[in-house]
Formats: sequence, C-alpha cells, structure tokens
Amino acid sequence: MLVNRKLILAHFWLAFVVFGLALCLGAWQMFVRSPLYTWISNPEWYYRSLTAHGTVMGYVFPTLVAMGFGYAITESALQQRLVGVRWAWAGFWLIVIGAIMAMVPVALGRASVLYTFYPPLIGNAFYYIGVVLVVVGSWIWVALMSINLRVWRRAHPGEPVPLAMFANVAGSYLWAWTAVGAALELLLQIIPVALGLKTTIDAGLARVFFSWTLHAIVYFWLIPTYIAYYTIVPRAIGGRLYSDTMARLSFILFLVVAMPIGIHHTFADPQVGAGFKFIHSTFTALVALPTLLTVFTICASVEIAARLRGGRGALGWIRALPWQNPIMLAVAFSFVMLGFGGAGGLINMSYQLDTTIHNTQWITGHFHLIFGGAIVIMYFAIAYDLWPHLTGRALPNLALARTQLWLWFIGMIVTTFPWHWVGILGMPRRMAYYDYSNPAIAPEALYVSLSAFGALILLISGLLFLFILARAHAQPATEAGEYRFSMPVHPVRSVPLALNSFGIWVALMIGLTVTNYGYPILMLAARQDTSVPAVYVGAQ
Amino acid sequence: MTAEDAHDDATIVRTERRWATISVVIIVVLILLAAFAGIHQATMPQGRVETIDPTRLHLSGEFVESNLGTANEADGTVTVRAIGQQYSFTPACILVPVDTPIKLRATSADVVHGILIQGTNVNTMLVPGYVSEQFMRFEKTGDHLMPCQEFCSFGHEGMWGKVRVIDKAEFASRAKNGGRLSCVGE
Repeated sequence: MLVNRKLILAHFWLAFVVFGLALCLGAWQMFVRSPLYTWISNPEWYYRSLTAHGTVMGYVFPTLVAMGFGYAITESALQQRLVGVRWAWAGFWLIVIGAIMAMVPVALGRASVLYTFYPPLIGNAFYYIGVVLVVVGSWIWVALMSINLRVWRRAHPGEPVPLAMFANVAGSYLWAWTAVGAALELLLQIIPVALGLKTTIDAGLARVFFSWTLHAIVYFWLIPTYIAYYTIVPRAIGGRLYSDTMARLSFILFLVVAMPIGIHHTFADPQVGAGFKFIHSTFTALVALPTLLTVFTICASVEIAARLRGGRGALGWIRALPWQNPIMLAVAFSFVMLGFGGAGGLINMSYQLDTTIHNTQWITGHFHLIFGGAIVIMYFAIAYDLWPHLTGRALPNLALARTQLWLWFIGMIVTTFPWHWVGILGMPRRMAYYDYSNPAIAPEALYVSLSAFGALILLISGLLFLFILARAHAQPATEAGEYRFSMPVHPVRSVPLALNSFGIWVALMIGLTVTNYGYPILMLAARQDTSVPAVYVGAQ
Repeated sequence: MTAEDAHDDATIVRTERRWATISVVIIVVLILLAAFAGIHQATMPQGRVETIDPTRLHLSGEFVESNLGTANEADGTVTVRAIGQQYSFTPACILVPVDTPIKLRATSADVVHGILIQGTNVNTMLVPGYVSEQFMRFEKTGDHLMPCQEFCSFGHEGMWGKVRVIDKAEFASRAKNGGRLSCVGE
C-alpha cells in the first residue's frame, strides 16, 4: 500500500537527477586527466568538479535513495500509512537547501577541499553548513523510521517485524550513528575555523573523526542494495528467500561491526598508534562475515527459483534463470562486481598490504567498483522494480533496461580494472593531470585512456537510465497491484526477540565504537600541542 | 516440486551452519596471518605517535633546513629527513645508498600531504603536527618517482619528488665530508 507516492518519487527523482549531474562531472574528470585531452587544462576547475562529484555521490545521492526506499518499505512492508509525512517533506527540503547551499561555494571555487574535507585546508563555511543540513535532513528520516516501526509494533504486539523494515531500520540506525563522526569534526573543529572564530585546528584528530564516518557510510550506501538482494530479488525472479534468520543476522552484524573499524583508513597516518590500527584491522575482517553470509543465502535463493523453473544439475540450473528479467541481470552483475571489489577490499584492510596501494588510483578504482558498481546497479534495479507501483505505469521497454544494465556493468569493468592496475604501478590519487611525457609515467597512459573510455560508457548508461524512468511517466496507466517483498521458504511465524528488536545491538554498536575510538580520540583531544594553523582555500 | 519440499528446516539450518563455519574460518585465518606477519616480520604501520610544531620547523629542531636530507649514522644505517609543503618536498630529490637500512622521518609544514615511493611499498601520510617514520631498504640502484599522494590544494598535481638509489661506495665517498646529502639539481 503505497500512499505517499509523491513523497517517494520526489526522493528518487532528486536522487537520480543529482546522480546524472555528478556523473557528467565524473566523466569529464576522467577525460581531462587522461592523455586523450591535450589542450591546456586548469587544475583549479578539476578540483571544483571533484569536490562536487564526491559530495553529491557520497552524501546526497545515496542518502536520498535510502530515504525514498525507506518510505516505500514502511508503507508497503508494514501495510500502514507513513506517520509524519510533513516531517518527511521537511527532511526532503532540508536536503535540497543543504545541497544547494553546499554546491554554490563549490561552483565558485571557494570550497575545493574535496568531500573528505582535509583540514587544515578550510573552504567557505556555507559548504560545510550545507553538508550538515543534508545530514540533519536525513536524521529526520531516521527518526521517522523508528517512530513508524514503533507505531506498527503497538498495533502488532509480538509479531515478527517484516524483514525489509527490520533491515531498513537497522540501516537508518547505522547511518545516524556513523554520521556522528563527521558531524563532530564539522561542528567542533571545521565550522568554527571556517567562520573565523578560531584559526587553528588539529588535523590528526579531524582525520580520526572522519574515519569513524568514512567506512560505515559505505555500509549505509550498501543497505538498500542488500535489502534488494533479500527482499526484492527472490520475489522478482519467482523464487523464495532461503532463510529469513540469516538475513536478519547479516543486517545486525553490519549494524554492530561497521563502525569500530574506520581506523583502517588511517593505517598510514602518524597520529594513531599501531595497536588500535591492528584492532581496527581485525574488526574490518569481521565485517566480511555478513557479506559472505549474504552471498550464500542469495545464491541459494536464486537456485530455488531456477529449480522451480525446471533447472537441473550442479550448475546447469544457472541456465534456467530468467535472464530476460532486468532484476536477475542486475543482481548477477552486482555479485560479480561485489566479488572483485570485496577481494580488493580485503587487501585495503590488510595491516601489511595496504601500504602498497594506499592513496593510489587502486583505492579510487576499488570504491567505484563497490559503490558505483555493485551498489548503484541495485539502485537501478530498485527503481525499475518500484517504478510501476509509484507511477501506476509499466516500464516502457525491458530490452532498453537490460541494455542499460549491460552498459553499466561493462562500463564499470572497463573503468575500474585499469584503474586498479595503475594504482599498483603507484599512480597517486586526486591529481588534475599527469605528465605522460615522463618515461616513468608513460606506461600508465594507455590504462588511463581505457578508464576514460569506460567512463563514457557509464555516462551513456546513466543517461539512458534517466531516459527510461522519464519515459515511464508517459506510458498508459496500468494497475501494478500491491507492492510485495519476497517470501521465505518457510513462513516466519515467530522470531527470537534478539532478531526482532534493536536495543541490544544499538548498545553494542555504541559500546564498540566507544572502546575502539574512545582512547585514540581522547588522547588526541587532550593534547594541547597538536593544533596547527588553518590554510584557507579559495579561487584567487 | 515446491520450494518447501526441497528444503526442510533441518537441511537449511545444517547447510547454513556449515557455510557460516567456513566463513568464520576464512576470517580467522586472515586475522592470524596479519598478526603473524606483524609480530614475526615486524611489518606493521608506524607504531607510536610523535608530535611537532609545524610553525617552528624552520627555526629549530631536527627539521631545520640544514638538517634535511640524508645523514650517515654511526651504526652504518642512514636517516633521511624531509618535509612536505605546498607544493614540493624538501629535498626534492632524496639520495640513498643501496642495501642499507634507511629510516625516513618526515613531516608537513602546512597541510596534509603524503609520501609514496613508486615501485616500493613505502607509503605514509604527512599530517601537520605529527612526525611520520618509515623504515625501508632498497635492493637495486635506480630512480623512483615520489609523488605527494594526498590532495593538498590546487597545486597538488605538480608535487612530485624523486628518490635516487646509488651504489654504496659512491654514497660513502659523497658522504665523506659530512653534512646532509641530496640529489637536488642533479
């Protein structure tokens, strides 16, 4: 029962429009830093574009998708009208205002600090305040998810919370807590300096605060994708979910161990000691567990669909899958990219191997493959799946949707594989251009060109996606029926309290963050000798 | 055939438990590998935190200009001291002998930078206010590019240094007169 379709559509449309804009910037960046672009370039424009691309793709786009999808789940999984619609619109408009407020100084070249902020570089205060507004807007959504679940529980005492809603609320709590790290950095450290109230800042402490957000934010981006794996894919391809319990366990594991691992982003930093780096490395290994469990459960669920369709043999069933279905295609592509990206991730979190690829193009290749690839392709699938229910019109052309997904997959592989390779060769990140005439850099030229070509394919695919969604609004009206989620093999009659509530897990999440971050943060905060002068940036 | 027939509860639980066990074993092995390499081979990130005032680097202490570059130590090792600032390293070309234990000590004079020596796994952040320390040893002579690997504002793409690894005897003869060595301007 999707009542507030306008609200959900507004979130998805804004998400995908800003995604399209940031995608254009990304493709342009890939081009101007490649040897294909031979005219004089102005690095200053590159860093403006890079800041905008990162801020939109990192903070605005996935947050809006999670919010829109969260509202859709609340109404369809809980079968109740959304409580607090006015607040939901307030959150939406806060994000609009925040995003514009942040992007104006970026466009003017007054905040080219990248979305990771990098103090003591300090940009225009409105950039940071805009980002804070975006986060505050999303926190309204977090509160609404919690309130709506409570309303439902009161009406359905003791019943198991539908899996989609359980995962959705877990994702919202994860986001609420992980955003606190960057919020502390912005509110306590950066914004006072940007406003001119202070002129010094502890860059090391800021990096530790940011790492608290920087890793778990990836799991926040990931949660809608995992919700789609568990609750959309089996239904869409005519199968059943293998296990509801395993799904709940995976989301709980993400909630608990996503946060206390961020210091693996600072392995190469001088402001954290080796002990805490090792602890965080260990916890990062743990976070592979929910993904390994998910891969198993989803493969088993997909196999059920294939066997129901007459698939036979140890692997022969793969042929019996409904490959004409865009959702099937998307999940297969997503898994391939998750496999490669996950393997790369194990290298990044490794205490020893990290130094070989830290801050090289390998890292950029890695997170584009995981986020842009495995995660975003499922955002496409979610949109394709929900669109008929939101617009009341069928998608215009499934073949076009399949082409779009193929292009995204091919584009992502062509972009990120050479990107990883030049990283191994030692090519540093975030540079506006490279001197390809230098014999030591020349071997990288071919691979950077390949990546730029991949980016062009991605751009075409992204624009095609927007075209398909827009065209759908002009289709003749049809009744899409009720929006439903996949059923497990065995109906869930009761769920242990621990797998049906969040209290203990949220306590563990906060507790582990305090034990793993408390000491490094307090030690740095207590020192008086680590504040350094701010360096203000701006177009000259 | 229905989905329920093929998968009774007990089978599902058994297969899941088996897979979960395999997953946990994989993860434990990964962690043990990291711990073993860290303890046994001492391959680990910088161990301790050391602070320094970036506004006084040029006035006194180990990072004054006359002390930057490569220094011979009494025990046969060498120490390299360097600073990063927008948008260059000092010294811009670091000279080191082959087959010698080297200690790199570096810091930043302004914003966050990074040192990455291509073709090696030497890679560290330079955060203003803190000293970075890395240990290294080169097995072959030759040149390596040393880009700044962290965004440090508009000139970041131009911040490239170099490391030149030379023969031990040649290094010793150049080091005879004392002072700090570098290959700037060569």
